[in-house]
Amino acid sequence: MDIALIRELKTLLGPENVLSQKEDLLLYEFDGSVEKGRPEVVVFPHGTEDVSRIVKLAAKHQVPVVGRGAGTGLSGGALARGGGVMIVFARMNRILELDLLNRRAVVQPGVVNLDITRAVEHAGLYFAPDPSSQKSCTIGGNVAENSGGPHTLAYGLTTNHVAALELVLPDGEIVRVGSHHGDAPGYDLCGLFVGSEGTLALVTEITVKLSLKAGSVMTLLAIFDVVGDASRTVVEMTAYGITPVACEMLDGWTLRAVEDFIHAGFPRDSAAVLLIEVEGLREASESQAAAIREICHANDAREVRTARDERERELLWKGRRNAFGALGRLAPSNYVLDGVIPRSKLPEALEQIHAIGKKFGFQIGNIFHAGDGNLHPIVLYDPRDTEQFKRAIAAAREIIRMCISLGGSLTGEHGVGMEKNELMLLVFSDADFDLMRRIHDAFNPDSSLNPGKIFPLSKGCGEIHVRKSGPAAASPS
Amino acid sequence: MAAQQPIPGTNPVYEDFSRCVHCGLCLNHCPTYRLWQLEADSPRGRIRQMMLVNQGELPVSEGFVDHIDKCLDCRSCETACPSAVNYGMLVEHARARIERDFKRPLFSRLARNALYRRLLPYPERIAIVAKLLRFYQRSGLQASARSTGILKLLGLRERDLLLPPVDRRFFFDQLGKTFPAQGARRARVAFFAGCVANVAFAALNKATIRVLTANGCEVAVPDGQFCCGALPAHAGVRDVARDMARRNIAAFAAANFDSLVTNAAGCGSTLKEYDHLFTADEPEFAAAAALAKKTRDVTEFLLALGLSAPPKSVPARVTYQDSCHLLHGQKIREAPRQLLRAIPGVEFVELPFADICCGSAGVYNVTETKASLDLLAEKMAFAQATNAQIIATANPGCLLQLRAGAEIHKTGQEVLHVIELLDRAYSNSSA
Repeated sequence: MDIALIRELKTLLGPENVLSQKEDLLLYEFDGSVEKGRPEVVVFPHGTEDVSRIVKLAAKHQVPVVGRGAGTGLSGGALARGGGVMIVFARMNRILELDLLNRRAVVQPGVVNLDITRAVEHAGLYFAPDPSSQKSCTIGGNVAENSGGPHTLAYGLTTNHVAALELVLPDGEIVRVGSHHGDAPGYDLCGLFVGSEGTLALVTEITVKLSLKAGSVMTLLAIFDVVGDASRTVVEMTAYGITPVACEMLDGWTLRAVEDFIHAGFPRDSAAVLLIEVEGLREASESQAAAIREICHANDAREVRTARDERERELLWKGRRNAFGALGRLAPSNYVLDGVIPRSKLPEALEQIHAIGKKFGFQIGNIFHAGDGNLHPIVLYDPRDTEQFKRAIAAAREIIRMCISLGGSLTGEHGVGMEKNELMLLVFSDADFDLMRRIHDAFNPDSSLNPGKIFPLSKGCGEIHVRKSGPAAASPS
Repeated sequence: MAAQQPIPGTNPVYEDFSRCVHCGLCLNHCPTYRLWQLEADSPRGRIRQMMLVNQGELPVSEGFVDHIDKCLDCRSCETACPSAVNYGMLVEHARARIERDFKRPLFSRLARNALYRRLLPYPERIAIVAKLLRFYQRSGLQASARSTGILKLLGLRERDLLLPPVDRRFFFDQLGKTFPAQGARRARVAFFAGCVANVAFAALNKATIRVLTANGCEVAVPDGQFCCGALPAHAGVRDVARDMARRNIAAFAAANFDSLVTNAAGCGSTLKEYDHLFTADEPEFAAAAALAKKTRDVTEFLLALGLSAPPKSVPARVTYQDSCHLLHGQKIREAPRQLLRAIPGVEFVELPFADICCGSAGVYNVTETKASLDLLAEKMAFAQATNAQIIATANPGCLLQLRAGAEIHKTGQEVLHVIELLDRAYSNSSA
């Protein structure tokens, strides 16, 4: 790394906002995924102007730039695959404006997802996208990855809750897209940038839409002795046109790890549970809950419980939100996958995952958004065993291939990042890639922003190069 | 680097570190990450650093020492961690390693030596220091130091406010006594008197004994008991902590009791983990584990026993700040809250972010004063917003810190141990 660049960054931001020692940089080479990529310098901007100046400096010195929030991502989206400058937005964490009447909040990218809800819940409002890491992850990361959560089933992904963005382009220019209220005339550029994984621009300010809390919420826990019965229940609910706001499945194996952590009363001997939530007017949610119960029992549910109060409800959700982490109890490392299948194929997909696990010698856990067919199989492995790690990656690839062959997709909400860029070849044709490449190049022609992500290194985006200076390839974490 | 002695007591293995799957769910539960948003000062980042040092991939550098020093050891991350990383064990081991392998600057070495090796192990020296301090506080010296602004000039104003007011009569003279139960005897307990508490929290200790005896407990205060060793253990001075543990094991072995009761969450947390100070093959291990098993926080003990004496009314709006080593160290959340709710007249209101450390953390407010005061400022703002008249907590260190906070930020709030409030409800000397 260019010493002059580090010096200039320190002059610009103050030494307390620049990290360049190896022992500090080591802590930014990982996130929540199994990928690695070490930056050569880490900087903490405090405002949009800072970001613009950092980007200009980096451009002058021809080093790549990658943005990062809290580093909870699961596809390596915020890792410095090409080395260079990492812009950590964690100190840009102010809520700039609350417009409760019009249900809008203007926030900096480093604001923690749940802190938006905390700031507005007194008015009966909340921010709907609810990734399981919502206590830690930042809104900037949510925008970059177009994150979802359990309630995506009813309320959509982050993109459905973003009204406007302020962006810094790779040349340092500051632009605004979208509109505080109503639809912005012209192209839906907001929609283009949300989910672009930091490869088109850096987001420096977000206007989010706030939602009104429902009058009545009911949370059901359906307990099954056979996994297939649980997945058939989901298929049937859909067929009957019942629309819960969330429908999550945890298999027995993950359930036991979670129960060890939170003691929520998850039955340790069950094969699977469904966590189903309905909301709306009281009469409507009660009749929906009754219909759901009926379908559960028709599919041989052992028991269907209803959370009696907010505390019980919170406990059940806490179990779901902490599920990935809880598996750390069972093995030194785990690989959380993200794939989508048509929900009608759920029973078949789960059987195939089981078979793939058997073939590669893994017990594969399943915790996922059953309602919209967004699977999160989890492969447990020991990173010290390189052969095992390679097998874990191979098993993961085969599961994603299976999702695609069932008519699904290779990511539901975690993004492509550097985890699945090679797999993109499975879903897109040359013409498809060409279109994406042209959009990429229109904003980021030199691949100076977040290089090595989304596009397969071998194809599509000829300009994308991985610099040799930074450690790049996926390696055991 | 000198030839390396093995670090005594529990030593972590690879699996203890690798349990951390770096999901990041701990980040905002960590007071120092909340202050600085630095991975190096987050649980996840500290675990990574400790693992790399443990594997010999990173040296015990100044930077490493700084980040481990800045950890409050509040263990809030343990509560947040779905994967059950035993962070307290890891950080205390890292500190023992620093103590062994790292040469601190001269002043720091002298101060640490004086506190952990020359003062805490000697009750009579604690008494002498306390008498000097009492002279400073009562002779008018402190008052004039405060009024002339000399403390401010020396940058000592906040530290002066954190000084515990020294008791007129020390609790040391109660050691060896037994206090009979009022009414039918429901339990016989041994009371843990602490170290500094003997000279600065004698009133709290006496209140604790009154509340226990009022609820049918015969309370023995065995002689020969000693500082629990929490401060040296948290500072990595393991040999001293182990010595103290041995002396306590001997002192309490002689007494016959159902439970060892403490009013200091920090001491309780250490006593309950006495077995961590020894390895399973050491002769002290079994006795340490047995004493650990008998240890109860006073709130935990009273709730389990049930209040046989009905408290009288204390009309006040009360909030509660979790003591980290009660909530995160001992996983006790409900007991203090339920005891407060059991007092008629108390209007209990939750304190937002009560589970985040107030910045006291043993000697942290002295060693890392700036960070401690930043945490305290946020804490007092939340406390003031509750409109509570009384802030209750469950540990002497937290009491000192919050009292200083009420003073610095002029919130006008009274800060009491849960047991002091309960004692007030029994004596009904009215708020």
